[in-house]
Amino acid sequence: MSVETLPRFRAENVRSMLRHGLITVVFCCFIAAALAITQHGDWGSQMVYSLSIGLISWLFIDVGRLLISGHREILWPSGPWGYLLVAAGVTVGFLGGNAIGDAWTHQPLLNFRSFAERRLATTIIITVTATVCMCFFFYSLGRSKHMRGQIELAQRNATEARLKLLETQLEPHMLFNTLANLRALIATDPPRAIAMLDRLNNYLRMTLNGSRALAHPLSAEFERLADYLELMSVRMGERLRYTLDLPEDLRDTPVPPLLLQPLVENSIRHGLEPKVEGGNIIVRARQEAGRLVIEVSDTGVGLDASQSPSEGGGFGLAQVRERLATVYGDQGRMSLAPEPAGGTRTTISFPLPPRA
Amino acid sequence: MNPTALIAEDEPLLAQALKAELAAAWPELQVLATTGDGRAAVREALRLLPQVLFFDIRMPGLDGLGAAAELADSWPTDEAPMPQLVFVTAYDEYAARAFETRAIDYVLKPVQPERLRKTVLRLQQALTAQQPSKPAPNGADEVLEQTLAQWRQVLAAASGGAQAPGTAPLRLIAASEAGGSTVRMVPIDEVLYFEAADKYIRVLTAAHEYLIRTPLKQLLTQLDSEVFWQVHRAVVVRSSAIEAVHRDEAGKLHLDLRGRPEKIPVSRLYGHLFRAM
Repeated sequence: MSVETLPRFRAENVRSMLRHGLITVVFCCFIAAALAITQHGDWGSQMVYSLSIGLISWLFIDVGRLLISGHREILWPSGPWGYLLVAAGVTVGFLGGNAIGDAWTHQPLLNFRSFAERRLATTIIITVTATVCMCFFFYSLGRSKHMRGQIELAQRNATEARLKLLETQLEPHMLFNTLANLRALIATDPPRAIAMLDRLNNYLRMTLNGSRALAHPLSAEFERLADYLELMSVRMGERLRYTLDLPEDLRDTPVPPLLLQPLVENSIRHGLEPKVEGGNIIVRARQEAGRLVIEVSDTGVGLDASQSPSEGGGFGLAQVRERLATVYGDQGRMSLAPEPAGGTRTTISFPLPPRA
Repeated sequence: MNPTALIAEDEPLLAQALKAELAAAWPELQVLATTGDGRAAVREALRLLPQVLFFDIRMPGLDGLGAAAELADSWPTDEAPMPQLVFVTAYDEYAARAFETRAIDYVLKPVQPERLRKTVLRLQQALTAQQPSKPAPNGADEVLEQTLAQWRQVLAAASGGAQAPGTAPLRLIAASEAGGSTVRMVPIDEVLYFEAADKYIRVLTAAHEYLIRTPLKQLLTQLDSEVFWQVHRAVVVRSSAIEAVHRDEAGKLHLDLRGRPEKIPVSRLYGHLFRAM
């Protein structure tokens, strides 16, 4: 979440504070009415006592909470500070409110000794209970509002991430260049054009609805990689050579769909495309101590030379890492290393599911 | 004499297709060479001096814009007039923005015959305008100046252009010391010039040299364009630090800066900044 500090008394905070104040006034009126009826006291002075105590407590606690944590996202002091604030608010409200009430009714200020013991206790209990109830009420109100905001934010983020993923996969530059190649092939080599169109068809189908399935066999994942690499090798000609190596016994291993796609895309976009003579991509799966290990290595320009990872590369890797974490928790791993002969190697691994 | 052209396109099928479309739309055009990357395009263009260049924008090594900038500088204008430049692109936000000015023509991939015919027509007109009755020497200068202005406009727009609205110019630059691991905060007021090297930019003050890794393209958008002038594809200087401008025998311009001993090369594209008033 953002670390920036917000103004403590920004408009929305002041609005919520005034709303609390209004509710407090209503609540105090009820208490005064109840006391006036049950204790046969004077209606007017009950109002003054009740309102004074209530409003002072409200002002103290609400201003206090904004002073302490108004610049943060959660508008309530954390830990013991919250309780301390309520306790201080009750005390100040009780003393201040009684003082005002006493002044109003021309009694000696805060002369509790003249009170009947029972009456003193009642006042204290009412003040404490009312304040604690109000605080708890406002606290829950604020918390549910905060939670609603968090849920909305999370939903918005998820939608944005999906859009961004789609945008990187259906990158216009890739799509239009592929179409341009297809157009060229239609005139010169129709059978190859048909083969390319089929690959494009598979690629688009997978990209557009593949992410809905939770898992598919590793062999299907490799076939989709072959579609993509074949499309790219029509475009890049001899500049792209690739090897896909999938052992027979790993073919049926379930994997999240299109997990490897961003890695291969990175190898092409940041490794081979910038390199005049092109190079090799090797995707290899193997089994190692109960784990599935998949390596994507290229002989491209390497990690150091491909600058500005912000241009999509960073997003692709972050996305793979996130998906590994979602499906396999801390058992899913990914690492990036330079190849000794130049180029980059990305390795991901996760536990093999138990054999059925 | 038949008009001549050079195609720079890294995707072999697309280069072939463009060649075929051109053969249909402009049968007399002689494609002298087809190259697959920017460096080779510059090399071949300087060797063959074609009249028309079709440059793909995204190419390995040096991209189409970089290749054009390099050609603008090293084209032998006394041997052949500056070539007509046409960019060929599948999709490129920067380029689309640059081409809105229509200073330089562009063709979108896949290349469509009707669209290409329009470009061919325009090119033919431009070439015939160049030919007749050898214009007077200062007339040639004017044509050259116009062509350079067009190229400058497109290359500037494509390389990010002026400072993005709403962003304040940089005041401090977090740069590493050359050969060290310390990061120094260098006040922009001390910087005399920036020079793009291989993977980074050298930041030069009167007494020190620092390195940053921001691409020049991105840095330019964060500098006040009144204060810092781009004078070369790879060099941006503080305008108030320029002491003198020299022209050597080959006609190339160099700058002397107050506080730096180096001679700073000025690209032909930016020569207009230093014409005597």
